[in-house]
Amino acid sequence: MENWILYGATVVLLVFSMIRDRTKTKKALMKGLKAFEGILSQFLIVLMLVAIVLTVFDPATISRLIGVGSGWVGIMIATLVGAITLIPGFVAFPAAAELLRNGAGVTQIAAFVSSLMMVGIVTLPLEIRYFGKKAAIGRNTLAFAFSIVAALFVGWMVAR
Amino acid sequence: MDGGKMTFRSLLKKYRATLVMMVLFLAFLLLFPSKAGRAEKSLLDQLKTMLLVMPPIFVLLGLLDVWVPREMLIRYMGKGSGVKGTALGIVLGAVAAGPLYGAFPVAAVLMDKGASFMNVLVFIGAWSTLKIPMFLFEMQSLGARFAVERFLVDVPGIFLIAFILNKLLTVEDVEKIYSASHDAK
Repeated sequence: MENWILYGATVVLLVFSMIRDRTKTKKALMKGLKAFEGILSQFLIVLMLVAIVLTVFDPATISRLIGVGSGWVGIMIATLVGAITLIPGFVAFPAAAELLRNGAGVTQIAAFVSSLMMVGIVTLPLEIRYFGKKAAIGRNTLAFAFSIVAALFVGWMVAR
Repeated sequence: MDGGKMTFRSLLKKYRATLVMMVLFLAFLLLFPSKAGRAEKSLLDQLKTMLLVMPPIFVLLGLLDVWVPREMLIRYMGKGSGVKGTALGIVLGAVAAGPLYGAFPVAAVLMDKGASFMNVLVFIGAWSTLKIPMFLFEMQSLGARFAVERFLVDVPGIFLIAFILNKLLTVEDVEKIYSASHDAK
């Protein structure tokens, strides 16, 4: 669904651009292609890393680690697993819902979802390339800490 | 790259680390045959996501680069753009699609065009966790309460992270990131 919006918007803008100025449009496409080629090698590395990490942390392993009553340890593990893995939302949310039904804690799941979206350890090489070491590591560290705070808030609100 | 012809040697140099990773991946498949199927499927899924999401993002990037003049972007998202610039950063991130790594090249173009660092950080934050299509999906699978409460705490969180990070980095750090973003294009 979100891809349809993305593609629709791109096609509309591209057609507009073509009508206004063909040379500029060609230049834009070349620039896009060049930027893509520039990052492709690192993308491929990250994708292979992600595939290995996801294979090691399968859903069964995750649900064992973050059950209700796993407390702080569970929250830390959930945050860590979310930080390392990179799962698209349309896979992660139903999986998280399934984990909740199977006895995972709300706080732990909130920690997992938050760090999953905000922290990216396997994509860190890509982020460093664009933002440098200091900013990239700083952002991920702050986001990691914040994921725990957010999880405690959500867990507390839902428990009330 | 100067747009010149790429030789085999330069290609090899550029993709050397990728080739090493490929060998490691194959080694993983051979060492853990019971996990090989899952790893292959996972890699294919990731590739599919990337090939689906990245082309339009890079086309949009090219269009943004060619059509939006620097002065205009500075006016809307530069240092003096105030609340308007921050709001634009949030909106751009929230309507985005795709994983967070798609935000980095967009951020590079924004920086190259003169967006302020704070606004770029807010944009990255919004992309990471305020994407509207994702929010709707989260509501559907984990319940409205869960999703809304997470959303409520994430909005101040994004500003907090951006603010602290902006304070943490020196002017020289930010300058370095900006000149690198120019080269990255």
